[in-house]
Amino acid sequence: MLTSLRRLLRHRELIRTLVAREVKARYRGSILGFFWSFANPLLLLLVYTFVFSVILPGFRGGELEPYGLFLFCGLLPWTWFASSLLESSNVLITNGNLLKKVMFPAEILPIVTVLANMVHFLFGLPVLGAFLAWYALDGRLPGPLQLVELVWLPVVILVQLLLTLGCALLLSALTVHFRDIRDLLNNLLTLWFFATPIIYPMALVPAGGKPLMDMNPFAHLAISYQEILFYNGPFGHWKWLLALGLGSLALTAVGYGVFDRLRDTFAEEV
Amino acid sequence: MSAAVELDAVSKVYRRYGPGRRAGTLKSALLGGRLRDLAPRETLHAVAGVSLQIPRGAAYGIVGRNGSGKSTLLKLMAGITRPTAGSVQVRGRVSALIELGAGFHPEISGRENVFINGVMLGLTRREIERRFDAIVEFAELEEFIDAPVRTYSSGMYMRLGFAVAVHVDADVLLVDEVLAVGDERFSLKCLDKFAEYKRRGKTTVLVTHGLDTVERFCDEALWLDAGRVRTSGDPRRVLHAYRGDVETEEERELAAADARARLAVEPDAGDGAPRDDPAEAPAAVEEPAPAAEPAAAPTAAEEAAPGDAPAGDEPEDMFKAAAGRWGDGPVRIDDVRLEGEDGPAHLFQSGARLAIRMRVTAPEEVTDFVFGISIFNAAGVCCYGTNTDIERYRPVVLSGAGEVVFVIDRLDLVEGTYKLDVAAHRRDGVQYDYHRLLHTFRVKSQTRDAGIYRPAHSWEFTPNIRFEDPDS
Repeated sequence: MLTSLRRLLRHRELIRTLVAREVKARYRGSILGFFWSFANPLLLLLVYTFVFSVILPGFRGGELEPYGLFLFCGLLPWTWFASSLLESSNVLITNGNLLKKVMFPAEILPIVTVLANMVHFLFGLPVLGAFLAWYALDGRLPGPLQLVELVWLPVVILVQLLLTLGCALLLSALTVHFRDIRDLLNNLLTLWFFATPIIYPMALVPAGGKPLMDMNPFAHLAISYQEILFYNGPFGHWKWLLALGLGSLALTAVGYGVFDRLRDTFAEEV
Repeated sequence: MSAAVELDAVSKVYRRYGPGRRAGTLKSALLGGRLRDLAPRETLHAVAGVSLQIPRGAAYGIVGRNGSGKSTLLKLMAGITRPTAGSVQVRGRVSALIELGAGFHPEISGRENVFINGVMLGLTRREIERRFDAIVEFAELEEFIDAPVRTYSSGMYMRLGFAVAVHVDADVLLVDEVLAVGDERFSLKCLDKFAEYKRRGKTTVLVTHGLDTVERFCDEALWLDAGRVRTSGDPRRVLHAYRGDVETEEERELAAADARARLAVEPDAGDGAPRDDPAEAPAAVEEPAPAAEPAAAPTAAEEAAPGDAPAGDEPEDMFKAAAGRWGDGPVRIDDVRLEGEDGPAHLFQSGARLAIRMRVTAPEEVTDFVFGISIFNAAGVCCYGTNTDIERYRPVVLSGAGEVVFVIDRLDLVEGTYKLDVAAHRRDGVQYDYHRLLHTFRVKSQTRDAGIYRPAHSWEFTPNIRFEDPDS
């Protein structure tokens, strides 16, 4: 584990360069260019707000105001998570020529995918901040902003990074051998999205569903984001968050181990 | 001097899977838990027990046919794949020119890609900055370096990839068949760059089909055949052995193609096949070609003789269009055989002797007959044609079986694939038996001259014009 960490450290320049490339290349050639990094989460938010405020207004409990803000707290991290997983399930295959023709440390590919998506997530945060400020000035927040809680935000992000990394390493390595995972994952993620309190609050989950929800790692992340950024009152979910952090660390270690085991087969199989 | 690259009994086994595993599916692993389905059905020894040592500062050439394991060997040296058995040791920084521009991102500019590619090859940003101008200049892309790479032509793309890779300043440079990048001038520039590497005491390993390059540039060569070392050492010796082997193979293929061609136009020739020398026509006996298969040898269309003039409005591949046999006369040409100095052959050195031996039969007495031959090159140009009538042989009588031999003492044709027409006909042109482009032979030449025909010639110079001796 330590040696692999050292190796990653040695490649930090490469990782940095590749993440920059991914982020830059994403919107290159479009008219709005870099602006899309902000526009995308905004548009996503508008779509969801429209659906659940105008088309399906009765869907949520009613007291979730402003609903757009609530939605954003879960949606933004979910986008990071889901697109990281989808992209990394494919990343070794699409970059096959790197693995086959160049001496290239393969684990960098899923890592770069996760980090590039994290950068997009971070670009979304100012948009979220602007919403928060706007609602605060408008006096429509459920309570006063508690800035102290914001110190937890980096922790949540770190935990999510670990969880995403672990999943990405595992998925990218396994997909090389079992390409069905790509299609399976697509549907699984849709299910996972609706099984996570993102568009509905945890309070709406019936008591029987609670234990199931506790097993959903992303539910804890979503709840954490919501408690920190949306709900009034102290951040009560931190124990769950820290437990998830430990679990994610273990998952990353396992993911890396599996990846390492399969590494030699990549150049032949992709 | 210690070796820069050392391979000890290295093998690489690739697995080949049965058709069920082709897609690499989870299904087969899960259903019935038959994990054994994932086990390889067959294995392929791409490299089998290769040991070699490449001294520091050497230029080392690896030659061999397609699929002989050359590229796999290079990938093993580069550390891209690991050996199944044996050990690979490479001392110093390695740069592998296996696929140029691997990892270029099409959407971003050449400039940014140079940096990213450089980092991938193990340079730091500062090192790249220092070399940036040299890289761009070498790639000859000064004007386009800020355009996105997707707008580059494939030549530009490759040149940029090559430029970055050779500026890595590796101690060991592994090159896989990339000299075909760009025009001739750029190839020369690449060779210059390799020569510079060599002068600076760096090691170069070159995998190529360009045997001339190996001969000129390498200190040592290795001939890989089906994953095994056939021979290695002095390039001239290795290449001589390799060329000889390739020619033998070519001869065999031409003979087989020839036999197939005859069989294709003459379905009942299957019965007659055994009277052919069996060694000459193995394919004819084992796998009768379907009639639709083009009768020409595969090499005919691809390897047009250098400098062949396009044959006006003739179809591009005359051979495939026109091969056939017709005529139903009292004289049959039963067998045509090409002979060199030492018996039957399909491969001739330019300037060597060629004899065309035709076995003819006439069940009844015939008094009006002409024998003719024509030689065509791959562009369909008739290089030479003649017949007995033109040369004023007056026919008297032909009956029973006999032989007609047409002897060319010096086959002064340039290198290329040629086909023959042979015919027996009446003096007024009515065909008895016409073999159109059914017989193939190939001319090899040490000289890369152009055109169709090589007249016997020499150069003369006044004493103030001096050359080195061309054979030195």
